[in-house]
Amino acid sequence: MSKTLSHLDWLEAEAIHIMREVAGQCSNPALLFSGGKDSVCLLRLAEKAFRPGRFPFPLVHIDTGHNYKEVTDFRDKRAAELGERLIVRSVEDSMKRGTVVLKSPLEPRNKHQSVTLLETIAEFEFDCCIGGARRDEEKARAKERIFSFRDEFGQWDPKNQRPELWDLYNARAFKGENIRAFPISNWTELDVWQYIEREGLELPSIYFAHQRPIVVKNGLLQPITDVTPLKDGEVAETMTVRFRTVGDITCTAPVESGASSIRQIIEETAATTVTERGQTRLDDQTSEASMEQRKKEGYF
Amino acid sequence: MGANEIQDHGVLRFLTCGSVDDGKSTLIGRLLFDTKTILVDTLNAIERTSKKRGMEAVDLSLLTDGLQAEREQGITIDVAYRYYSTGTRKYIIADAPGHEQYTRNMVTAASTANLAVILIDARKGMLTQTRRHSYLANLVGIPHLLVAINKMDLVDYDQATYEKIKADYLAFAAQIGLKDVRFIPMSALNGDMIVDRGEKLDWYDGPTLLEILEAAPCAHGENGGDRDERFRFPVQFVCRPQDSANPELHDYRGFMGRVSSGIIAKGDAITVLPSGATSKVKDIQIYGQSLPEAHADQSVTILLEDEVDISRGDMIVRSDAQPTTTKQIDAMLCWLSETPLDKARKYVVRHTSRESKAILSGIEYRLDINSLEKQSADKLAVNDIAKVSIKLAQPLAVDPYTENRATGAFIVIDESTNNTVGAGMILQAN
Repeated sequence: MSKTLSHLDWLEAEAIHIMREVAGQCSNPALLFSGGKDSVCLLRLAEKAFRPGRFPFPLVHIDTGHNYKEVTDFRDKRAAELGERLIVRSVEDSMKRGTVVLKSPLEPRNKHQSVTLLETIAEFEFDCCIGGARRDEEKARAKERIFSFRDEFGQWDPKNQRPELWDLYNARAFKGENIRAFPISNWTELDVWQYIEREGLELPSIYFAHQRPIVVKNGLLQPITDVTPLKDGEVAETMTVRFRTVGDITCTAPVESGASSIRQIIEETAATTVTERGQTRLDDQTSEASMEQRKKEGYF
Repeated sequence: MGANEIQDHGVLRFLTCGSVDDGKSTLIGRLLFDTKTILVDTLNAIERTSKKRGMEAVDLSLLTDGLQAEREQGITIDVAYRYYSTGTRKYIIADAPGHEQYTRNMVTAASTANLAVILIDARKGMLTQTRRHSYLANLVGIPHLLVAINKMDLVDYDQATYEKIKADYLAFAAQIGLKDVRFIPMSALNGDMIVDRGEKLDWYDGPTLLEILEAAPCAHGENGGDRDERFRFPVQFVCRPQDSANPELHDYRGFMGRVSSGIIAKGDAITVLPSGATSKVKDIQIYGQSLPEAHADQSVTILLEDEVDISRGDMIVRSDAQPTTTKQIDAMLCWLSETPLDKARKYVVRHTSRESKAILSGIEYRLDINSLEKQSADKLAVNDIAKVSIKLAQPLAVDPYTENRATGAFIVIDESTNNTVGAGMILQAN
């Protein structure tokens, strides 16, 4: 007689199945690991999918050069603990090569990650990249497949996606093309936090309440850092904040919060009134369709 | 497990089908809104858009408009997935558009759903598309249908109208052999009988939509839910960590996969298909933990007593309940590609974790999805559904789709484009 799997057990089993399909169908995959909470879950899922063996893929991070040190240190530590290979490629290298040209020196580099990611895919001839994107994050993602096909320019064509039925995934791609596989597509932000709690996963410290100099702009909290300095006329104040999502410093805002444990974060998340991206991603606000636009251009 | 998981009733995946005017987007918007899934910034965005389009009230249907092209054209062009949770259960809604590419989209959305909500406009009653949606839901093996008779506010919440539509539907349901059908009157616009009962439908004493969803069996529920009880385990990956420094792992051979159906316990006698090799289960593991048994939907690693040659694409089953191993199948095939089926060409069939070259040689009939008439056909175009016979280069271990969705389903891949061009449901092995 079968038992009912709890929702976390079900989501975990589905994600493990997806990772094993990548390993079974693709000859040279990679797992994108940033040190952020979603990719921390991916690492635990990979452990559950492949231990006692090694991961059948390296970990890859595309570093914008504008990441919090707490996060990149955590990234390196976690990869070392797991004994898995970590490949880091930097947007700044693409700038040196001239493939990324900035309009202004301190502009957000999130969109430039696409260029470096595609260069990294070409360098290592990866045929599939496993990523931690979720369908609840943004409108365009709600329609993206779990195995999402990208052409040789890394472009996603939302109107011409492969049908995806049952759990029969099609990871086929010709040379130069690429598959992005999203094992936690069906997870919500709350599922992620509940999983982190259940599994006792470690996170970079900036996910928890800490004090930091902040300028409030248009309702969003802008941290004061080397790459986001105080401008004339602005006044910084010290606030107690935490990050709901960690990305490029120039476009990731923290939220005011005293939550210092996973449990407190879960309680806040369950009671929150603003979406993760709406509250914290400065780059998604530009236009209603900005994520879709970036994905078409090869963004992760 | 934490105290917050005591009442966890797992995941229910359901599908909503209806046409542009049936109020499907409004229904989903209402479910998300009334379960407090919609957050303030999202609501602000749709308020702005509603105003921009000159509407007075907030248009909840805007919540499910996804892509830029759809927003521009005011249509829905692809299956979208939505999420909400009630505290006791997590829900995944597959939102299938009703008009364009309806067959392809509906079959896709239905393939992972365990319940379908079929919307009927109370003013219009049963339409051709109601029959079409019901037939497809049944074809793809959704065990539970919920007929939502919507827009009751526009017929003055009239009980006789509701009863008439219900009687019409039941007559049709008997005709095509639908088993578990339930009915509910509602107004998605006003929120009557979705999450709250409202005040206008006092004559209806059944459960609200959300109450039905909360109580619906999920595929992986108690007693196997709606699932075949026979153990099926397609092998996805073989773990051989020989290079490990740990000498205990030198002979480790773990067969990794997800239990498609049924249950397996340590000591059970198993058979490997298609080879027919036999052994016994030595251990079931996940992440260093040894489990006494594994059941449907769990992703595990199985170790066997004997050294058996097993690779990806093989299936481990219990020796006392085996599927049919065959190189010739009959199936209902839904064609998904703009490029028509070419009977002379070879395609690839992917079934569980196995692939085989295939020739889709015989089209017995094509089904007219509106009249449900069987027509003779020589080729298949996009959105066509047909009964076909298929010759396979490699043997597959199959069950009829009506008995087991996991081992009865397959997709067809065109190797010249790598696209998924067909979805099949096995009727029988020949």
